[in-house]
Amino acid sequence: MRPFDYLEPETLDEALEILAGDPDDTLVMAGGTALVILMKQDLVRPERVLGLRRIAELREIGASDAGVALGALATLGALARSQRVRGHTVALASTFAAVATVRIREQATLGGNLAHADPAQDPPVTLLALDGVAVAKSRFAERRIPLDGLFTDLFETSLERGELLLRVELPPLPKGARATYKKFLPATLDDYATISVAAVIATDANASVTHARIALGGAGPVPLRARDAERSLAGRRLDDAAIREAAALAAAATDPIEDLRGSAAYKRAMAEVWTERALREVA
Amino acid sequence: MTEHRIRFTLNGEAVDVKVAAERLLVDLLRYDLGKTGTKDGCSVGVCGLCTVQVDDAPMSACLLLATQVDGASVRTVEGLASPLQEAFIEEGGFQCGICTSGQLVAADALLRAKPDASDAEIADWQMGNLCRCTGYYGITRAIAKARDAR
Repeated sequence: MRPFDYLEPETLDEALEILAGDPDDTLVMAGGTALVILMKQDLVRPERVLGLRRIAELREIGASDAGVALGALATLGALARSQRVRGHTVALASTFAAVATVRIREQATLGGNLAHADPAQDPPVTLLALDGVAVAKSRFAERRIPLDGLFTDLFETSLERGELLLRVELPPLPKGARATYKKFLPATLDDYATISVAAVIATDANASVTHARIALGGAGPVPLRARDAERSLAGRRLDDAAIREAAALAAAATDPIEDLRGSAAYKRAMAEVWTERALREVA
Repeated sequence: MTEHRIRFTLNGEAVDVKVAAERLLVDLLRYDLGKTGTKDGCSVGVCGLCTVQVDDAPMSACLLLATQVDGASVRTVEGLASPLQEAFIEEGGFQCGICTSGQLVAADALLRAKPDASDAEIADWQMGNLCRCTGYYGITRAIAKARDAR
């Protein structure tokens, strides 16, 4: 690994001050599981690394406007175990528990996971389906970024230089909403998803859909919302025809790349299969 | 480039060393502190050979900068004194042995966190510790035996 300077500010203000001063040559490290590998493989060459580990306030998993607020430095393991996360929806806790292995989950953080913007990651998919909003702050301003505006391209986000992710806020779910996260793992359980699908559905007294969210991972350069599929379900019962139609629309929204997990056509086909399974689970 | 003074406990003993910013925990342990039970296998956090406990949580020492354990309590295989070790011997929990220290450190972390872990939980927890001899039955049997002996 190339040498670099390491800074470990004690407070958020101090961290933002450093980033405002020289953002170009400085990379931010939360847990480090992704960044350390990127540095080892010489894929990034920071002059300086800004470690966030001492900023305890960013670890909090708390409440926010009847929803939940997940601190950027909360580890994926802490989130998977959190009663508050589980209380919001079990599917979210299961999503965090689906990442890699216990070792990675104990070190990796929510903020690092989102800022790294790997399109095959698990948490962004379910957080998208839960209408998550990222809160980012620079020395100059704080802003809210709905998650579907955070991921801009492969490993790219709309975070600006000098900005740090503080937390992700999730609004309360519609009453009676059901959620699931399905991860297709044809090889090993610690793998990245070949395709993953999160679905959140609420229905009224007539079993008509009042709220539908479908998000997919591993399905393109960014984790994506299948909006046409969501719209197709509005006001309908989740019967066989509705589910099949939505699954086909979700697959049509994907733009997968061919890699060692399969061809683009295969992944698109699997997106349809797994969207269908997800919707049957929450029907 | 920068040098950092870090203090942590290693298997209960105080450590106070200076490290370069880019020093990895696995290298600090092996080359500076002589704890060669922690192996460096895949170097990308997948294989589990370098599993250590940081404040009782299992982590990959190959993915941690040494500076990240400043103030923490680190446990390596040299710091284990657990029925697990006897159980691994009795149940044949290894073949070539290269993965054994990582398997032990991971399993010890599980039994600390969850002394009554089910067989399914054991299998799930150890998933990230690869045994290329595929000696998993012996490994999981040994962990279950140590659990039952408590």
